[in-house]
Amino acid sequence: MHPAPSVIIFSVASGLGFGFLAFLGMGLVLPSGLVAFALWGLGYALAVGGLVSATFHLGNPQRALLAFTQWRSSWLSREAWASVAALVLLAPVALSDWLGLGWPRGVGMIGAALCLITVFCTAMIYAQLKTVPRWNHWTTPATFLGFCVAGGALLSGQSLFAGWALMILAVLLMAGFAEGDRRFAARGHSMASATGIGRIGTPQVFEQPHTGGNYLMREMIFIVARKHVEKLRIIAVSLAAIFPALLLFLPVNALTIAVAVAFHLIGAAVQRWLFFAEAEHVVGLYYGMR
Amino acid sequence: MTHHQPHLDTSPPVSDEIRRTTCYMCACRCGINVHLKSGKVSYIEGNRAHPVNKGVLCAKGASGIKQITAPSRLRSPLKRVGPRGSGAFEKISWDEALALAVAWMKPLQDTAPEKLAFFTGRDQSQSLTSFWAQGFGTPNYAAHGGFCSVNMAAAGIYTIGGAFWEFGQPDWDHTRLFVLFGVAEDHDSNPIKIGIGKLKGRGAKVIGVNPIRTGYNAVADDWYGITPGTDGLLILSLIHCLLEAGKIDLPYLAQWTNAPCLVGPDGLLLRGEDGKLLVVDTATGQPAAFDVPGVQPDLGAVWQGSRTVFQHLAKRYLAPDHAPEAVADRVGITAPRIRALAAELAHAAFDQTITIDQSWTDFRGTRHATMVGRPVSFHAMRGISAHSNGFQTARALHLLQIILGTVETPGGYHFKPPYPKPFDAHPVPHIMPRGSGPLTGPHLGYPRGPEHLALLPDGSPARIDKAFSWENPLSAHGLMHMVIANAHAGDPYRIDTLFLYMANMAWNSSMNTAATMDMLTAKDGAGEYVIPRIIYSDAYASEMVAYADLILPDTTYMERHDCISMLDRPISEPDAAGDAIRWPVTEPDRDVRGFQSVLIDLGARLALPGFVDTEGAPKFANYADYITRHERRAGVGPLMGWRGDGTATGRGAPNPDQLDRYIANGGFFQAHVPDAARYFKPWNRAYQDWAVEMGFYDAPQPYLFSIWSEPMRRFHAAAEGQGDRQPPEALRARLKQAMDPLPIWYPPFGEVAAAAYPVHALTQRPMAMYHSWGSQNAWLRQIHGRNPLYLPTKIWAKHGFAAGDWARVTSPNGEIVVPVEHMAALNPHTVWTWNAIGKRKGAWGLDQNAPEATKGFLLNHLISELLPEQGDGLRWSNSDPVTGQAAWFDLRVRIERVDAQMQSLPAFGPLPDLGEPS
Amino acid sequence: MTSLPTHTDRKLGLVIDLDTCVGCHACVTACKGWNDQGYGAPLSDQNPYGSDPSGVFLNRVHSYEVQPHDTPAQIINFPRSCLHCDDAPCVTVCPTGASYKRAEDGIVLVNESACIGCGLCAWACPYGAREMDADAGVMKKCTLCVDRIYNENLPEEDREPACVRTCPTGARHFGDLADPESAVSRLVAKRGGYDLMPELGTKPTNKYLPPRKKDRPQEASLLAPLLDIQATGFAGWLDRVLGKI
Ligand SMILES: Nc1nc2c(c(=O)[nH]1)N[C@H]1C(S)=C(S)[C@@H](COP(=O)(O)OP(=O)(O)OC[C@H]3O[C@@H](n4cnc5c(=O)[nH]c(N)nc54)[C@H](O)[C@@H]3O)O[C@H]1N2
Ligand SMILES: Nc1nc2c(c(=O)[nH]1)N[C@H]1C(S)=C(S)[C@@H](COP(=O)(O)OP(=O)(O)OC[C@H]3O[C@@H](n4cnc5c(=O)[nH]c(N)nc54)[C@H](O)[C@@H]3O)O[C@H]1N2
Ligand code: SF4
Ligand code: SF4
Ligand code: SF4
Ligand code: SF4
Ligand code: SF4
Ligand SMILES: [Mo]
Repeated sequence: MHPAPSVIIFSVASGLGFGFLAFLGMGLVLPSGLVAFALWGLGYALAVGGLVSATFHLGNPQRALLAFTQWRSSWLSREAWASVAALVLLAPVALSDWLGLGWPRGVGMIGAALCLITVFCTAMIYAQLKTVPRWNHWTTPATFLGFCVAGGALLSGQSLFAGWALMILAVLLMAGFAEGDRRFAARGHSMASATGIGRIGTPQVFEQPHTGGNYLMREMIFIVARKHVEKLRIIAVSLAAIFPALLLFLPVNALTIAVAVAFHLIGAAVQRWLFFAEAEHVVGLYYGMR
Repeated sequence: MTHHQPHLDTSPPVSDEIRRTTCYMCACRCGINVHLKSGKVSYIEGNRAHPVNKGVLCAKGASGIKQITAPSRLRSPLKRVGPRGSGAFEKISWDEALALAVAWMKPLQDTAPEKLAFFTGRDQSQSLTSFWAQGFGTPNYAAHGGFCSVNMAAAGIYTIGGAFWEFGQPDWDHTRLFVLFGVAEDHDSNPIKIGIGKLKGRGAKVIGVNPIRTGYNAVADDWYGITPGTDGLLILSLIHCLLEAGKIDLPYLAQWTNAPCLVGPDGLLLRGEDGKLLVVDTATGQPAAFDVPGVQPDLGAVWQGSRTVFQHLAKRYLAPDHAPEAVADRVGITAPRIRALAAELAHAAFDQTITIDQSWTDFRGTRHATMVGRPVSFHAMRGISAHSNGFQTARALHLLQIILGTVETPGGYHFKPPYPKPFDAHPVPHIMPRGSGPLTGPHLGYPRGPEHLALLPDGSPARIDKAFSWENPLSAHGLMHMVIANAHAGDPYRIDTLFLYMANMAWNSSMNTAATMDMLTAKDGAGEYVIPRIIYSDAYASEMVAYADLILPDTTYMERHDCISMLDRPISEPDAAGDAIRWPVTEPDRDVRGFQSVLIDLGARLALPGFVDTEGAPKFANYADYITRHERRAGVGPLMGWRGDGTATGRGAPNPDQLDRYIANGGFFQAHVPDAARYFKPWNRAYQDWAVEMGFYDAPQPYLFSIWSEPMRRFHAAAEGQGDRQPPEALRARLKQAMDPLPIWYPPFGEVAAAAYPVHALTQRPMAMYHSWGSQNAWLRQIHGRNPLYLPTKIWAKHGFAAGDWARVTSPNGEIVVPVEHMAALNPHTVWTWNAIGKRKGAWGLDQNAPEATKGFLLNHLISELLPEQGDGLRWSNSDPVTGQAAWFDLRVRIERVDAQMQSLPAFGPLPDLGEPS
Repeated sequence: MTSLPTHTDRKLGLVIDLDTCVGCHACVTACKGWNDQGYGAPLSDQNPYGSDPSGVFLNRVHSYEVQPHDTPAQIINFPRSCLHCDDAPCVTVCPTGASYKRAEDGIVLVNESACIGCGLCAWACPYGAREMDADAGVMKKCTLCVDRIYNENLPEEDREPACVRTCPTGARHFGDLADPESAVSRLVAKRGGYDLMPELGTKPTNKYLPPRKKDRPQEASLLAPLLDIQATGFAGWLDRVLGKI
């Protein structure tokens, strides 16, 4: 799949944002005054900023509100609801933290849950697609949630929790890579099954339907060289999970957190780029390209 | 959970108006319904009522809407201001343009008309253009047939009185076995597809004989991946097998062909005092005229030492050198496969005979209770004809059809009116008088012998293209591909003005394209262009435009009148004569004029006979007026329908309402062949009488198929030294070989290069492109925007090619560097590419970096219009020695692997954009 | 709603005969031509005369090469458009309800006025049947010519998809695949019509008819010579042949 920057930024930022908001909502960090304003502000900025950047790849963003209508069947619709609900519910919590109103935390808990649900919905948009075997697996939501929780914990300085979460994330990532490599073949998709002419012999492309380009090839067919993939995977896992985790063994202070988060974000971006670039859509079979 | 869905209007209005005319995205002439919304063309679909396409359209036809809006359309007359080839023009008015043309032509008309050479390409108004040239008095006129497929046309006319091409077709509804030789698309684009669809629908068998397995050959049930240039060998070997097994239609041969005629000592057929062919009657054992009632011709007869044609042919083809085992290696098909093919032909022809319950009477007066047919049919085109042995190969194929008894019988091959028409019912070539004055007859024709060659008293060729000379005696369509080369060489003489219409001669239509561009721009010692003046009519900014001095911009096909005439290439079906028109379904938004109207205007300004009235005033207002009022023979005009008071067909006075009647009828007219006349046309009284009534000819003319060709024998004899008109010594040997009165095979001349250039290189028509002119089409160019060279597995592996590689392809004439791709369904000694996709930078209103110009390419650079010099110090044209047909497919090449490139070679400087700003 | 109808009375679709398709692309441009002026936004082209032309086509014809183990390689032309799946994943993923399947005939459509151009449905389609229009920013797909097949402004005989009407070889058939008695259903039964990527469970309505067996010359016993010509000589052959009339 084509790794569109807007989508990468969106999922990384909102993932981290909602994770952080979740921690703020649960009150695991209890800032007050301007600090609270700043932290909540950061959480909202990341989450909302991410959502906004996601609308950049819409052909008709002016109709975006319609995306709320299909929550019964569409994960994208559900994501829309969950995200809005989370952001709305957490607003009073943020306000109370900032102005020190000391309102009860219950809403915050629900808000936090909605944050995780939002990220889960986002992940399910990809995970539901049978057409992209690499995505179509439990590791996809697990990984997204892993990023969300680990990132959130990291940002909110929950070093112990974050450490464990990052370790689990590392495992999830590696599991995801390994599993993903097998899945396309395992599902039995091939040019033969796509065309049905395998019954005659082994098919291969003679001539593409058009010499001119098209949306499908630009959007669904993206080829990364194996050797790059290996490097990038190592970078992703180390930067997103292992380095930050190690950093947490150092005395935790704003600086180490900042550095760890920086590593984590870069790693997350790399992972997300791979998430798309490595994902093979079955339509590639018709073009003999995957 | 309930399911809601938006309300949808499933009956939206389609268009304001439908105008029915004829497509011209190619030469197939399908009927189209042009939909208009608020005056603009909005949609094009096929006309269901139309005989050619019956409602369907091809990819090109449905894209016509993008042709009439293409930025490449020329906008106004242009006069060259910069050097030729630079594409620097100034716009001029039509008055200036026409005045200039007249100023150039008039002096020639008065003193040396032959110095005007008028040649036309794709066009289908040859009855007008030739009539004009005849009036002008130049012998130098022809259309594109010479570089197209004249071998097919001439071999057909000389042998069976009709050809493949689009002049006949299989009996799609009855045939059980259909064999395609060397066809990718052909002019009958949609009819062939419709036909193949019918066969597939009822599970009838299709066999493809072709080095390349795409398109029709891809759906063929069996594929014979023949080695190029060897079809003659294969066909004669099939004939060998059929003779050997006695699987031949003897009654057919005896009654309808010259097989029972007697070959006299001089190699000509014996005739009676009345000049009629003689046969020996089995009843009496005595010779009798072939057409006397009740005669039963004896195929085995010998009379006064003269044996029948049948004996000659049987003896020749039964000889062991025609056995499958003897030819298999050269043909690239195993002997058992060849024998299996022969068996299938015999099986379909003789074990699946079909009978139609329809009585008919032959020219001898014999009444036949039914029509018995042999459901085997063939179609062949340039794969056979575009080789230097193509004429004889096409003759061989017709012989195969004949011995199977499948021509004009149910289930076999059928002529479309005005065919059948034997060679001796066609005119002979005319070149006289030399000096001013109109020619005494049409330029092109079918010579009966050396006496009809177009030679000057000194024996030199009378025509600039050397048509009807000893170099190619039966060049019935001329040699358009030689005009520029000969004019440049001043051989046989120099000309002054080259007048071209609808032919992209500076690019895909010429052999040796780069050299052709040089010839067009070459100057003599005095700094004058060797070809002093070039006038060209095109509708679009083609590569050729840049090489003309005066451009007469044509309209597109939806903006003018055209006439698809019985006098030219009509739209007949085997069961119905048909002709058609185009008419302006939309008005041009540019300062352009239909070329035919312009030609008629020029004709009037030059006071050509037929173009001015007795007072010398213009006879016709425009082409529409000409179509309605011109009469070629009394009562016979361009259109056959609704003549006279509107009830007359074929013959009748001009009818002022004729065009309206055509428009009301969807742009075409059909006259149906009576049931009793549908088959056996050449010998069928009912058909002959109907044809006379229609005005195809003035008296019934039944004839026998020419297995033994007397015209060929006359040239043959001349080559042997008989007769007073003798060929140049250098040509004797090859004439003796090529003019054999019975079909033969000889290696294509291209083979001389075989040692150094082991690979055959071919082109194919893409179904979704028409020559050079589809690339300006926004939809079609997305389908074929570049063309790779396809390499067979053997070559791919041998040179270690990998995906993305390019190759250097070298021929005796030069080299090109092009992208390659692998193809397994391909003859192992053959490479190929799609024809005419490659474009010159800047041409056709396309971006200079258009893939057509950076990745696309032409094979033409590798093909020379002349053969390599072979010891005699002379270089003959790269053409069939009989007809002069351009031998495009004799090409031999060598392949080397090179790394991926950015630009295919050769590349030429960009042309300025002459089209509309897009 | 983008939930699928529980049941459709009819299943209109195409049956494509791979034994007959010559790969002429007529259906490709006929489709482009009709839909460029028909349902919804025109099918735009980007730099149509430029160095990298591209545009929306709702029907594209692929060309494959197959190498059987015992006979020569074959070329198979393969038209590809929306299969109007029974269990259409492209519909259920749509967040706005723009993408829907009609209850009356099973046609899958995009209601362009509700389409935000998120592209998710194209991701969900295994068959590459959906293309985003770069100009209009809405998703385009085969409509099964829903604006032709019921169109009262068209003559009865023309109420069929543009691609079917134009196909010169008749390789494209249109009809109701829910009705076992329909011509298309019988054709599918007779010729062993099959689904594309059945493993995905999309239950396509369109079916493909496989190419017939190729390159097996009829076992017509090879022609037996009349007699041994070398022995009898030409004369003997001639007598025998002519004896036959
Ligand atoms: N779409 C489309 N239709 C066209 C045209 C077009 O440009 N586009 N052009 C029109 C014109 S001008 C013409 S002349 C006709 C030509 O129609 P075709 O005769 O179909 O012309 P080609 O495409 O040259 O096809 C030649 C075929 O012969 C095969 N071939 C080459 N050499 C040999 C050989 O030695 N033996 C055998 N058996 N086969 C061989 C090639 O592989 C190819 O398949 O098409 C007309 N129709
Ligand atoms: N390598 C190779 N070369 C070949 C062939 C091959 O098989 N292989 N085939 C040969 C054959 S068979 C042929 S027939 C020739 C075909 O070659 P051409 O007869 O030259 O055909 P086109 O390339 O279509 O060029 C026709 C010209 O007519 C112009 N034109 C189009 N429509 C109109 C119109 O309405 N009015 C006017 N006035 N002009 C118009 C086009 O713009 C174009 O410039 O190519 C030959 N060249
Ligand atoms: S074959 Fe195609 S391009 Fe040629 S006339 Fe027919 S529809 Fe037009
Ligand atoms: S129009 Fe018919 S034959 Fe041509 S490509 Fe389409 S389906 Fe195949
Ligand atoms: S083919 Fe694709 S677009 Fe069409 S219904 Fe099936 S999934 Fe949806
Ligand atoms: S692109 Fe349009 S139709 Fe497709 S899922 Fe998005 S909103 Fe629905
Ligand atoms: S049914 Fe209509 S929309 Fe669908 S492919 Fe055919 S022509 Fe195009
Ligand atoms: Mo041609």
